[in-house]
Amino acid sequence: MNPFELTIGQARTELDDGNLSSRELTVSCLDRIKNVDSKLHSFLLVTEEEALQQADEADRKIASGGAVDPLCGIPLSIKDLLCTKGIVTTCGSRMLENFVPPYDATVIEKLKAQGVVILGKVAMDEFAMGSTSENCAFQVPENPWKKGYVAGGSSGGSASSVAGMECLGSLGSDTGGSIRQPASLCGVVGMKPTYGRVSRYGLVAFASSLDQVGPLTRDVTDCALMMNAIAGYDRRDSTSIQRATPDYTDSLSEGLQGLRVGIPREYFGEGLDPEVARVVENGVEILKRAGAVTVDVSLPHTEYGVAVYYLIAPAEASSNLARYDGVAYGYRDPNADTLMDMYRETRSHGFGDEVKRRILIGTYALSSGYYDAYYKKASQVRTLILNDFKKAYDFCDVIISPVTPTPAWKRGAHVDDPLALYLSDILTISANLAGIPGISVPGGFSSEGLPVGIQLQGPHFSEETLFRVAYNLEQGTGLGNRCPDIG
Amino acid sequence: MKITREEVEHVAKLARLNLSEEELVRMTGQLDNILAYVAKLDELDTEGVAPTTHAFSINNAFREDEVTESLPRAEALANGPDENGEAFVVPRII
Repeated sequence: MNPFELTIGQARTELDDGNLSSRELTVSCLDRIKNVDSKLHSFLLVTEEEALQQADEADRKIASGGAVDPLCGIPLSIKDLLCTKGIVTTCGSRMLENFVPPYDATVIEKLKAQGVVILGKVAMDEFAMGSTSENCAFQVPENPWKKGYVAGGSSGGSASSVAGMECLGSLGSDTGGSIRQPASLCGVVGMKPTYGRVSRYGLVAFASSLDQVGPLTRDVTDCALMMNAIAGYDRRDSTSIQRATPDYTDSLSEGLQGLRVGIPREYFGEGLDPEVARVVENGVEILKRAGAVTVDVSLPHTEYGVAVYYLIAPAEASSNLARYDGVAYGYRDPNADTLMDMYRETRSHGFGDEVKRRILIGTYALSSGYYDAYYKKASQVRTLILNDFKKAYDFCDVIISPVTPTPAWKRGAHVDDPLALYLSDILTISANLAGIPGISVPGGFSSEGLPVGIQLQGPHFSEETLFRVAYNLEQGTGLGNRCPDIG
Repeated sequence: MKITREEVEHVAKLARLNLSEEELVRMTGQLDNILAYVAKLDELDTEGVAPTTHAFSINNAFREDEVTESLPRAEALANGPDENGEAFVVPRII
């Protein structure tokens, strides 16, 4: 077995027992990147020199005896929208092609405090706007399971780098499904935590009331380990929540006796691929065997989620992205003579198509005369969606569903029809609107050999329960830490 | 039509974006599709429903008003496309 094939949990044991050094593990991942990234295109930047320094530092810590943090010496990739001090952070955009953050995001600080090894920054849709990573200004990551298929998005590089075993885990972000969807399409585990559970300080903002940072890993235990490292209150994020963080690994292996699993009929409607439905049904059977009972629940406003999201997210984005004006950082058009021309030319050349489209929708939805009809209306329906979940959780502890209506699709399938692609987000979007946590766990494969994930959603701050249910699912499917043949 | 070419031009101006003729035609069509779809929300009666702006509401996050270190000027200027060591430089305004 190559070191890069180890899970974080397995690597921890090998590192602590002295069978493996962090440098060996890191070199193994760097070699893997050299061998397969020309096919996967996950990494926008490989920080080899820094990674080896961090590995040596971790090895010194481990050698000095005593207990080290659970992620000490573990090589990870980072979605390129989390600020890394002194390391270019592009957000997948020409606008930030040369942006070198003067500080670390809180989650990066926390990982560094544990002694992790950061291998580099991975590809994503520009400003996290997209469902396939095809909106990345620089390169498009491949699905490691099938050539020519999308890895999903917007955290596509995180998912492809974890599934392709170029790293042991990754940090992504999820605004409407951007962790759970690529995790599902690439056959890895991905968690979107409760809004406010993980600090957003140093995360390049897309839609501030929806954005949340979370891990992508090769099994559920690793996901819990990474959540342990990044969760918690941060005074630099005024929406982060003061609440004790449990050890998410503590209750993983407990059974599910008496757990109530809600099955929302609206998530199994028209447009759901029968192969995806079968995978989720199999998941339900696994949970029943582990002691869970099932309950039919209803989330009647599910069908309005996409419409709500594609007004609220662009509205917030149009405001957040007003900061890219060519003055203090980022791209500036060199030819403009007046300040107004500089703003316009900078933004017109610095942003790609999808970003412009969403800025236009958002500006329109917030503009005088349209605010009530669009932004306010959407915010009211958001309340109805939130209330649906509150009512459903009176009858169940977790909700099980597909993550996406279909497995991964071919690149270029939706290039000219943005609305068709937006509609594929229907099963993940509501969790962001309601601020609840969700996790995607590998559930099976389609007849074409593409991974299919299962989504579990729970009430605010129910991550511990989600991990326990996910762990039971993983035991039942035996699909932890699977690697495709990349050839 | 949910949105006209003139409205898209107006919104682009508000958003400080220049659109080429080709972009303007394409974006108008795509935005029209999207707005026709989101009109689905009109099916719902939301009279009296309070809007949600944050799913998990918290009170004001106050902190002590203490002086702490801030980013040194040189570091703050380091990413500037044009700077003179003291400030960011932009095209003449007045």
